[in-house]
This record gives sequence, C-alpha cells and structure tokens, in this order.
Amino acid sequence: MSGNLEPRKYKNPFLNWIEFRLPIISYFEREYGDYPMPKNCNYFWSFGALATITLMVMILSGIFLAMNYTPHTDMAFDSVERIMRDVNYGWLLRYIHSNGAAFFFIIVYIHILRGMYYGSYKYPRELNWILGVFIYLLMMVTAFMGYVLPWGQMSYWGATVITNLFSAIPVIGEGLKTWLLGDYTVGNATLNRFFALHYVLPFVILGVVGLHVAAVHVHGSNNPAGIDIKSKNDTVKFFPYMVMKDALATCIFGVIISTVIFFGPNLMAEVDNYIPADPLVTPAHIVPNWYLAPFYAILRAIPDKLGGVVLMFGSIAILFVLPWLDRSKVRSCNFRPIYKWFVMLFFINFFVLGYVGMLPAEGLYLLIARIGLVYYFGFFLIITPFIHRIETPISLPMGISDVYLGAGEKKPILNSQKEII
Amino acid sequence: MAENPDNKRRDFLQLSTITLGAVGTAAFIWPFLKSMNPAEDTLALGTTEVDISSIEEGQSITVKWRGKPVFIRKRTKTEIEEAKAVNISDLKDPEQDVNRVKKEEWLILVGVCTHLGCVPLGQKLTDTKGEYNGWYCPCHGSHYDTSGRIRKGPAPENLPVPPYSFLNDTTIKIG
Repeated sequence: MSGNLEPRKYKNPFLNWIEFRLPIISYFEREYGDYPMPKNCNYFWSFGALATITLMVMILSGIFLAMNYTPHTDMAFDSVERIMRDVNYGWLLRYIHSNGAAFFFIIVYIHILRGMYYGSYKYPRELNWILGVFIYLLMMVTAFMGYVLPWGQMSYWGATVITNLFSAIPVIGEGLKTWLLGDYTVGNATLNRFFALHYVLPFVILGVVGLHVAAVHVHGSNNPAGIDIKSKNDTVKFFPYMVMKDALATCIFGVIISTVIFFGPNLMAEVDNYIPADPLVTPAHIVPNWYLAPFYAILRAIPDKLGGVVLMFGSIAILFVLPWLDRSKVRSCNFRPIYKWFVMLFFINFFVLGYVGMLPAEGLYLLIARIGLVYYFGFFLIITPFIHRIETPISLPMGISDVYLGAGEKKPILNSQKEII
Repeated sequence: MAENPDNKRRDFLQLSTITLGAVGTAAFIWPFLKSMNPAEDTLALGTTEVDISSIEEGQSITVKWRGKPVFIRKRTKTEIEEAKAVNISDLKDPEQDVNRVKKEEWLILVGVCTHLGCVPLGQKLTDTKGEYNGWYCPCHGSHYDTSGRIRKGPAPENLPVPPYSFLNDTTIKIG
C-alpha cells in the first residue's frame, strides 16, 4: 500500500504516520529541539518559559474555579466563600489563581525589563516587542476583570473607578461607559459580561503568545551581549540545554510561589475585598492591585480628569513605539555606559510609582508621583531618543564566543563547547 | 487595456461587492454591539418614590435610584445662605443655587462623584463634609459645597440633580 512509500524519518511508525499527514513532529523538533539559543543567555532568558507555564496554570485553575463560581451580584460573593470553605481544595485553587495572577505580573515585568535592558526590542525584533506589549495589555484587562468577580468592596469600587475613566472622553464618554457596563452603574450586567470576557481573554492571550514565540524564533533569541549569532559555535541546542535550564528555573519559581500560596496567601490581597460589595458605601481608600498601581499613580498625579486618563493610557501606549524611540544601534545596555543607568533608574521609578499608587494621593506621595510621572515620560521621549548623541558605546565583542575570552584562555572553552555538542 | 469596456464593468462589480459586503458586516455586528447596552428591564427601573416627612432640618437620607445613591438633604438656614452667597464666577462649573433646587430647603443630588464615581462622604452627621461644608469624596479628594457644587479637587462637574418632582409636601418622585 501507499504506506510503504511514505518517508520513514523516525523509528516509531506512528510518528511517521502523523508526520506525513501533519508535519508537527518535525516542527517541534526544529523549534524546541534543535533551535539554536545563544550560549551566553543568562537566567533572565528563562522568564519567557516561566510566563508560559504560569499562563497554563492560570487557565487550568481558572477553569476549575469557574465550575463553582456564580456570576450574579446576589451570589458571587457567597459562591467564592463557598469555594474557600466547602469545595474540596477550593481554597487551594483560589489561592493558586489569585497569587498566580500576581506572580504572572512579576514574571512578565522581569521579562519586559530584560527586553528593555538588553535591547531585545530592536531590529529585527520590533514586531515581537509589539506583540509582547499587546499581551501585557490583554493581561491587565483580564486581571482587572478577574478582580471584579469576587464581588467584594474593592472589586465593586475598583470596577467603578476604572470604568468611569471612559466617561472622561468628550462627547461619547458617558454613552461608552453605559455601553461597557450594560447599566447606569456597575451591576449584574457588568458582572456577567466581565465573567464571560475573563474566561475567554486568556485564550486570546494564549494565541498571541503563540505569535510572540513564533516571531522570536524567526531571527532567534537576543542575548546579553546583544550581538547576532555568527556561527554554530555561538549557540547551544534548545534541547537539552535550555530545557534543563528552564526546568531548574521553574523548580525555583515553584518553591517561591508555593511558599506564598501556603504561608501568606493574602499577602498581596486587600482586606476590604472580604466585605461584600455595597453600592452605597465607598471604602475610605480604594487601592488597585499592586501590579496596576504605577498607572493608577500616573492617573492621580494629574489634577484634571481627562488629562489624567490621557496620560495613563499614554503611558501604556508609548511602550508600543519604544523600538522607534531608541535610536542607538547598540542593543545591550552592557555596552551603553550612560543609558544603562537611566534604564535602571526607570525600573526603580516604576516601582516607586507603584508604591505611591497604593497610598493616598496627597502631600509628599502626590509630589513623588508627579516626579515619577515626569521621569517616566522623560525617559521615553527625551533620554531614549537622544542619549546616543552624547554616549560612546563600549566596543562590542566580535562574536558571542568572544564574550568568554579572558586573556590567554581562548581555545579551551570553545573546544569544550564543541565536545558537548 | 484601459479602453476595454469590460474593465469598467469589473471595477463596478468589484466595488459594489465590497460595499455590499461591508454594509452587510456592519449590519451583522450592530445587534451584537447593541446587546451590550442596558436591557429593557434595566431601563424600566426608572422611578423611585420617597417619603421625606421624617427628615429633620440638617439631616440627609440616601435612597437608591437606578442603582445609584441619591442624596436628599433638608438644608438649614445657614447652609442655604452659604450656598447663595457664593460668587458664581469663582466656580469651576458655574451654576446658581436657585437653579439646582425646587424648594430651597430640599437639595436632591445624585451622590456619585463626577470624577471617578465614588460616593462622597457627608451624609451622616459624623462624616467629614470637606472644606465647603457639603460633601467630600475620599477617593481623590474632591470638595463639594452645600449646593453640591464642585469647589476643590479633580472632579470636573457639580453633583448632578436628578429629574424629580414633589407629588405632595411629603413625597417626591425621582426619575
């Protein structure tokens, strides 16, 4: 029969049967087996894998939580309490999901900062960066909607404040807000649609993650030296080297997140969210989740409603054009003696903004938020586009293998690499 | 080529097909978008009747109308004086006190801060009422006066006055 004519690439005939009809085996072999990774990549390059794994865990725990959750204003809060008290291991599922969300953002923030520091967004990986920012945006929307579902006081008032941002838009704002809410205030219609969207958006994220990974595999991963792969000697195979490295990173991450889930599950939670939502009483202090707090700080730093909203959305939108704002040809900050410090200051500034975003917007905190806001935009609009004019980069190594060259110990390292391969 | 009459006909067919397709798609999307607007039963919860006979001077009550809190306050003489004495040109959202009330002792407002939708404090006697003795929004620090007008803080507008009417001396209908 025709089966005899089919190519026999693998020992296992079943794999050959699949491969002939859908070349998925060779695809995985190429992209996750032989895929060449620069051999100088450090552990910052494990955070993409960690983020993917966390996304899977979030989807899995979310599906099982949804089996016991009721998206109705009269029952949502109680159904979450029932998950906590009566559903078998419900408490574990919920704590995995709520802390998983926080750790997802920690991982993604490190992943983004890695990309910024080592210039991973530059030619030819601009589209890859844009897809990444898009994932980040989807994550924020999904996390916000998820936070509304337990229907506690913070859920309700957080939703009220964020949806009211849209009412700042001239002319169409009020109508747009009502359309988003499906009611004049945050109500049952809102809770219902937020649940529907919170369920579906992670799968959209999964799709964009697929594109994000496919895009990075076209030109290969960046590396701490920020220079291109020139020969096979510059790389190691994804399997087993990177798989083992990412596996170790995953184990360490697992230890850290488990410690929080089991010993401090409410460390990153707001106590007010254990009070059922009350549309007639606003909590004295509405606190956003910490991972959205930097943008909340920017919103409140401006004494004008529309101005604050424009800058808040602008602070996210500006990330999309970063590849075109940075005019320097050198990717890695390891070779950019001045910009390096501005990037590090940007990271610190982002966390300071997040810190003041969770405190009342008054006095010193407001002043700090305003200074942070100025630096945030100053970094993107002044420092990043113009710093290369006054900065002399350190000379780049000729190739990735040269990174390892100390004085007089050239060959041994190269040889040993070859032997391993 | 260009003179070929067939080309003109093809252009026409192409253009009309694309146009029809676009209109069809838009018509198909419309019901989906429209379904997200408030449903009929939500719209039907339009009016609330309130008995105000038990409210003493200086007291306020909060009632729910369309899911939002509505403040009903029986103002004292001093509060009315304060509200009237304000120079309109100093206000962010200039409005005379007389245009905001039907009977000057009864002030009726939608109790939702025009900034980002929090419920301002000032309904209870023990609440902080802000620098202008009216309401104070704890979320982002907006101060409202005894006519519910914005005086200080990020809110852009006065607390809105809902549509209402006096059915008799002790009952009002909101909506």
